[in-house]
Amino acid sequence: MLEIPLWKRLTILIVCLTGLALALPNVFYTRAERHNDAVTAIERGTVVTDELQADLDQWPGALPSSVVNLGLDLRGGAHLLAEVQLEDVYASRIDGYWPEVRDTLRGLRDQVGGIRRVDDGPADELRVRVSNPEGLQAAVNAVRGLARPTVSLTGVGQNDIEVSGAGDTLTLRLSEAERAATDDRTMAQSLEIIRRRVDEAGTREPTIQRQGTDRILIQVPGIGSAQELKELIGTTAKLTFHPVVRTSSDAQERVSSDEVLMPSLDEPGTFYILERLPVVTGDDLVDSQPAFDQRGQPAVTFRFNPSGARAFGVYTAENVGALFAVALDNEVVTAPRINEPIPSGSGQITGNFTVEEANRQAVLLRAGALPAGMEFLEERTVGPELGQDSIDAGKVASLVAMAAVVVFMVASYGLFGAFATVALAINVALIFGVLSLIGGTLTLPGIAGIVLTIGMAVDANVLVFERIREELKTARGPARAIALGYERALSAIVDANITTFIVATILFTLGSGPVRGFAVTLGIGILTSVFTAIFVTRVLIVLWFERRRPKTIEV
Amino acid sequence: MRLRLVPQDTAWDFMKYRKFTFGASIVAMIASVIIWLSVGLNFGIDFLGGTTIRTESTQAVDVGSYRDALNPLELGDVVITEVSDPTFRADQNVALIRIQAQDGAEAVTPETITAVEGALRGLDPEITFPSVESVGPKVSGELITTALLAVSASLVAILFYIWLRFEWQFSVGAVAALFHDVILTIGVFSLLQIRFDLATIAAILTIIGYSINDTVVIFDRLRENLIKFKKTPLIDVMNKSVNETLSRTLMTSGTTILALVALIVLGGDVIRGFVFAILWGVLVGTYSSVYVAKNVVLMLGVDRDPKKPSDAGTQFANIDA
Repeated sequence: MLEIPLWKRLTILIVCLTGLALALPNVFYTRAERHNDAVTAIERGTVVTDELQADLDQWPGALPSSVVNLGLDLRGGAHLLAEVQLEDVYASRIDGYWPEVRDTLRGLRDQVGGIRRVDDGPADELRVRVSNPEGLQAAVNAVRGLARPTVSLTGVGQNDIEVSGAGDTLTLRLSEAERAATDDRTMAQSLEIIRRRVDEAGTREPTIQRQGTDRILIQVPGIGSAQELKELIGTTAKLTFHPVVRTSSDAQERVSSDEVLMPSLDEPGTFYILERLPVVTGDDLVDSQPAFDQRGQPAVTFRFNPSGARAFGVYTAENVGALFAVALDNEVVTAPRINEPIPSGSGQITGNFTVEEANRQAVLLRAGALPAGMEFLEERTVGPELGQDSIDAGKVASLVAMAAVVVFMVASYGLFGAFATVALAINVALIFGVLSLIGGTLTLPGIAGIVLTIGMAVDANVLVFERIREELKTARGPARAIALGYERALSAIVDANITTFIVATILFTLGSGPVRGFAVTLGIGILTSVFTAIFVTRVLIVLWFERRRPKTIEV
Repeated sequence: MRLRLVPQDTAWDFMKYRKFTFGASIVAMIASVIIWLSVGLNFGIDFLGGTTIRTESTQAVDVGSYRDALNPLELGDVVITEVSDPTFRADQNVALIRIQAQDGAEAVTPETITAVEGALRGLDPEITFPSVESVGPKVSGELITTALLAVSASLVAILFYIWLRFEWQFSVGAVAALFHDVILTIGVFSLLQIRFDLATIAAILTIIGYSINDTVVIFDRLRENLIKFKKTPLIDVMNKSVNETLSRTLMTSGTTILALVALIVLGGDVIRGFVFAILWGVLVGTYSSVYVAKNVVLMLGVDRDPKKPSDAGTQFANIDA
């Protein structure tokens, strides 16, 4: 009746031991973490120094070394939810069509007459006014000929632009399919650039995720504030080289549609009128480093890839003696005269940089420009001290909770209560083991989840023990009562825990951040507590029973 | 000698006062709704948008002078509360400053935060800011939707599961009890003006999980007894089931409450509201399992056709360890 086959006993034992082994590194959190950091560093190809080796030796490599990740509310750090301004990209895409459209329409000069780009529509539309409205249909047809199929999975067979004409104006806008494809590219590019910038700062395990169509969630543990994080990722650092048309001191000066007005970075009141289309952009940049120029001033060096270098070389060769502007984020850093052709594709920007600025500019240039601006919808900073306080408080509370439950259980059920206590300890270890294994994150509500589990985990045992008490009144002998107790309590245990598990699943699906951490610990806690309550205590009781063979038992 | 929370073999008549308790539950629910609508919930920035700044200093918090320092910044509605907690050190003085969402600003303005921090530093050079949180109105609106969705989805899922495993009357009874627990929790949060944020929603869902757990255990016993005692009136079977499970109900509530009390006293102020909600829910949930869920089942009646073999809910019952 109380027989449990050997393989079942062994399986239960192995599960418990595995859980304990997986949970063990969390007891020595700092040591295991230093070991893991050292392993990661070595995998990345860092030279093994004595210091690194010492860190590596903090934890034996043969044992599992994964620890639970601590959430931002425990470790401290910054959390940002950013919305990418996808429309920004449409405007620059539209700008890119203008030279092509212009050349096409110039070829039709005898039908459409003179053409002029007008900026009276939304930024994501290209509007061209023709002086001969009768020729508009021909113009529309010709520009339609420029359309290319969209490069995306969903928009197969669709063109990238929509062209329409009304009155004397031709309007070109991106098609829906092209917008969707552009959005996807923008998001992928933004994610990649943010990841690179955050990695440059060298923080541990940042989370950078796309959420929904246009949002990015960034969580960086250990960073001082959300403000710092925003400065790190939010600066665009778009490098462009433009031919200078003329300089001016009037910020309101009217410029033609092929030109653009940019202020000088360090000479207030000086404005440059530049050709709108840059000769080379930061996209062609392969490297950038902080340096010092001949006079010992901090400077930033740059190097282009072959196509960038060719374009730059050709331009400088044809325009010796002319001015060209180096612009960072739409501000002219410097506008030197081209003294000689620069075929090598590398150069140096000198402005009034400080050493730190030069350093930061180089980092931003290396990482590349964000394709679109970002608006921050949510930002949270938690200081490391507050996190540590929460961990300490959580630890004390968990231990006190556990002690209280143990005393209560032993007082109520005697030896059986002690068995339940052992199961409870294994249960908590299993929760940590599973969390470490799946790389789960422990948050402050998660700690509350564990404490709650400590309280509720004994429920299954209470159900069983109460049932055994009842069965003892009627059943023949203690062995039968124990067996019936487990058997008959099972449906209540299963139903009760499945419903709670449903709630945990919903919390996980819909929650975010700390709430999700809570759902994970609650869900894992339900699984492990059912396992320990049904299997572990049963094995313990059976082992005890086989050894003692009591005639009567008291529960 | 064992600790017994209840004597062995009780035969207390729980259903005797059912009209009174059910009436009391309804009154409490109505009162909760009235308080909720009249006083309103003290929404945190998760749902309202805005910024909270936690300050910490070795100097005592003077709410009045904090307010004077912030007034020139014209930030609109600013709420400053001093936080005290037994886990704090003697020279640890903490305050929470909540600033409403600034008009027209979707994104959070770093200038505002810098200005606030600067103003307070001028007042108290020792001051530090252990946490700064800002939520824009767009996100807070979505969070409300998600929270409502989570609570409704849980209720529907449980309604469905109980209906599958028991009978529809049980599932209506269970969900009525859950509804009761949620309303009463909202009521007490309105009454005591405890901050209501995302964590509170998580707490409410936990309450739902705990309360259903309790209800299901009693239902399970009721189902078993209904098969055993086919001729006994429903009300007597119910009483018997409650009495039989009473010891377990109090044991489980007892251990859970012990654990939660430890957390509420020692767990720090950051999660106090969250733990309080769960503690309250455990109390209300234990009550509602007996007095709301079963009352509703009693009113709806149970189909007890003796010719129909009832095998509902036994499909998992033969799992052997």
